[in-house]
Amino acid sequence: MSGFLVDAALISLLTLIAILAVRLHRLFAVVMLSGAFSLVAAALFVVLDAVDVAFTEAAVGAGISTILALATLSLVPRDEKPHSIALVPAFLAFATAAMLAVAVSDLPAFGDANAPIHNHVAPEYLTGSAEDIGIPNVVTSVLASYRGFDTLGETVVVFTAAIAVLLVLGGYTRPRRRNGDRDKEDGNAR
Amino acid sequence: MSMLAGQWNYFLVIALMMIGFYTVIARGNMVKKMVGLTIFQTSVFMLYISMGKIANGTAPILTDAAQKAYANPLPHVLILTAIVVGVATTAVGYALIIRVYESYGTIEDDELIKIIEAEEDEGADA
Repeated sequence: MSGFLVDAALISLLTLIAILAVRLHRLFAVVMLSGAFSLVAAALFVVLDAVDVAFTEAAVGAGISTILALATLSLVPRDEKPHSIALVPAFLAFATAAMLAVAVSDLPAFGDANAPIHNHVAPEYLTGSAEDIGIPNVVTSVLASYRGFDTLGETVVVFTAAIAVLLVLGGYTRPRRRNGDRDKEDGNAR
Repeated sequence: MSMLAGQWNYFLVIALMMIGFYTVIARGNMVKKMVGLTIFQTSVFMLYISMGKIANGTAPILTDAAQKAYANPLPHVLILTAIVVGVATTAVGYALIIRVYESYGTIEDDELIKIIEAEEDEGADA
């Protein structure tokens, strides 16, 4: 029962943070809320027994993402143009939510130990890991050993992204910045 | 733990997901769009992790204790990969935002469309 309360409280907090992030126009506050969102999400992952995911989310989601966003904000205007609620996107979001709710109501109950997901290959990893790999953390043994090639693929994706960032922001293709333009834009944004 | 029965967790996560979705499609500011995408993405992670949870279970780290119910490790592995890939794509997104601002002097969708249309008109006149 306490698990239920902590879980529901964390998700409510996340909803509050997300709504604030949508409504605020100061991008600095929005980015900070996004970092807070990741950190509370990491706490939720601990409650959901996913400790490895939790510390990755705290380090990468709340840490690196926020640093990237702040670095971007140092180069672009920091205020958003005010907007009212857009009706068509709101309708689309509600329609999608309704469809997802219908689909999700067919899923096995939350926390059910007899759900198909827990009875197919997962038990083999859980029972075989100690003997096959010899480390107690099953997530690590699946990530680095059973499915090591997936992790290699992930590394390739990160490498590709790094090359893309260097190409987009690198000196070869980049125009010289004109300081006059920059000051004018900043003035307009306020 | 019969109180845990049902899909309430999934419904809450879907609500969260749709806040992110709305931000991505309704807001014109590109930094705001990226934040919306982060919220959307993290909510999807929560949906997956929720599926791996077993009531009264524990984290999938083997112990000698009598504890026998471990959370499913497979969604955890999947989402670990997804978090890292998500940050890599976010980095590319922010890099593109910086380039768009340097080239056009705005990161608002509607202003950007006006500037590009004006440039196209000039090109057609010339």
